Amino acid sequence: MGNLGSVFNAFQALGVPAEIVNTPAKLSEATGVVLPGVGAFGDGMRNLRQGGFVEVLDEEVRRKGKPFLGLCLGLQLLATTGLEHGENAGLGWIPGVVRRLTPEHAELRVPHIGWNDVRAVKAGGLYVGLGEVHSYYFVHSFALQPDDLSVVSGFVDYGGEWVASVESDNISATQFHPEKSHKSGLTLLKNWAAHAC
Amino acid sequence: MLKKRLIPVLLLQNGLLVRSEAFSIHQIIGDPIHEVGRFNEWSVDELIYLDISRDDSYDLRRDDKKLRGLTSPLTILEAVSRTCFMPLTWGGRIRSVDDMRARISRGADKVTLNSEALRNPELITEGAKVFGNQAMVVSIDARRRPDGQHEVYIAGGNTATGWTAADWAREAERRGAGEILVQSIDRDGAGDGYDLDLISSVAAATTIPVIALGGVGRYEHYVDGIRAGASAVAAANLWHFKELSDRGGKRALAKAGIDIRKV
Repeated sequence: MGNLGSVFNAFQALGVPAEIVNTPAKLSEATGVVLPGVGAFGDGMRNLRQGGFVEVLDEEVRRKGKPFLGLCLGLQLLATTGLEHGENAGLGWIPGVVRRLTPEHAELRVPHIGWNDVRAVKAGGLYVGLGEVHSYYFVHSFALQPDDLSVVSGFVDYGGEWVASVESDNISATQFHPEKSHKSGLTLLKNWAAHAC
Repeated sequence: MLKKRLIPVLLLQNGLLVRSEAFSIHQIIGDPIHEVGRFNEWSVDELIYLDISRDDSYDLRRDDKKLRGLTSPLTILEAVSRTCFMPLTWGGRIRSVDDMRARISRGADKVTLNSEALRNPELITEGAKVFGNQAMVVSIDARRRPDGQHEVYIAGGNTATGWTAADWAREAERRGAGEILVQSIDRDGAGDGYDLDLISSVAAATTIPVIALGGVGRYEHYVDGIRAGASAVAAANLWHFKELSDRGGKRALAKAGIDIRKV
């Protein structure tokens, strides 16, 4: 809820044709797939499973190699396991665990809410034209810790370094909300859409 | 690191944009739909819309252009969220989880509760369960008493509650609020700066972010608000009477060495 509409509005504003789908079959017609999401890990996976999306996502994104963009919870669900409200299996596309944020300094509050700098570590891809450091809007209490750090394309400092984005072949995802990150966010979505459409 | 935020507050009354003074004088300054594009272009960090209407008569007072039929605040919200690519908070007349859903499904990222949170504090908890703490902003309107304490008022500043702002803020956090918007009624529209005692008392009583509102007349006042403990500084009237208020505000904060999002 919530950011589905905002993501749609952002693509509308960019002139990128987009559709909100309720049935997995529709995904096979798409040239790229975006998985937004707010809420808890377990609920998110349950919704995908009950809607019959898990197999279709696997087929379209992993086997057919369609461009994929996960946003916020949509990034976290890529992990093998999530530890929010108990242990839940994720999609498992990016080996790793989603753990609660534990900033080193006690005065840093969780959730991590607001604009923070992302340090891009992969050239090209999502951050084309955005420079090495840019601010984006974050709202989260959990973060992905991937087994293999080479998938990480951006880090954010919040009492330690946390994963801000991952990019691995056709799979991209951001922990922050590009659809709420003003002009830099729209540029990032445009960069992704350039490959997906 | 996490940035301090600069936030314009847009006041809606009966479908029109207004400016406000001491919670009692409201001057119409325009048509919200007409201004949406301009507000969304501002280089700010969030937008807060507060619907301060007292009745259900929404009237844009004009049917001379395509705005006809655009009469309800929810319709205004839809129009705002179509081009608002920054966090959007919507407040006013929210009395149930369904009221929250109606706003969040139309593009609000957060809702603010004010009077109803005091009448029915359980609503904060219910909303937080469904939408998350980060979506629950409790808005506190306070007036300074002769003894120096700040008392919380509801119903547009008309009804005293007996709560001090600090105690109510602490209670709101305990019940699930993710953020506190604190406004000085005395300073509303006065332009002589925030009530810094009010802000620091609320910031000290809570561990969630505090947004300061009420009294900004010069950009330097934002700096005082941050130094008093606010995580975000907001203003309403200033935005309508100064050109380039976004850049001016950001520049004053940056000059004072406060970490903000550069634009």
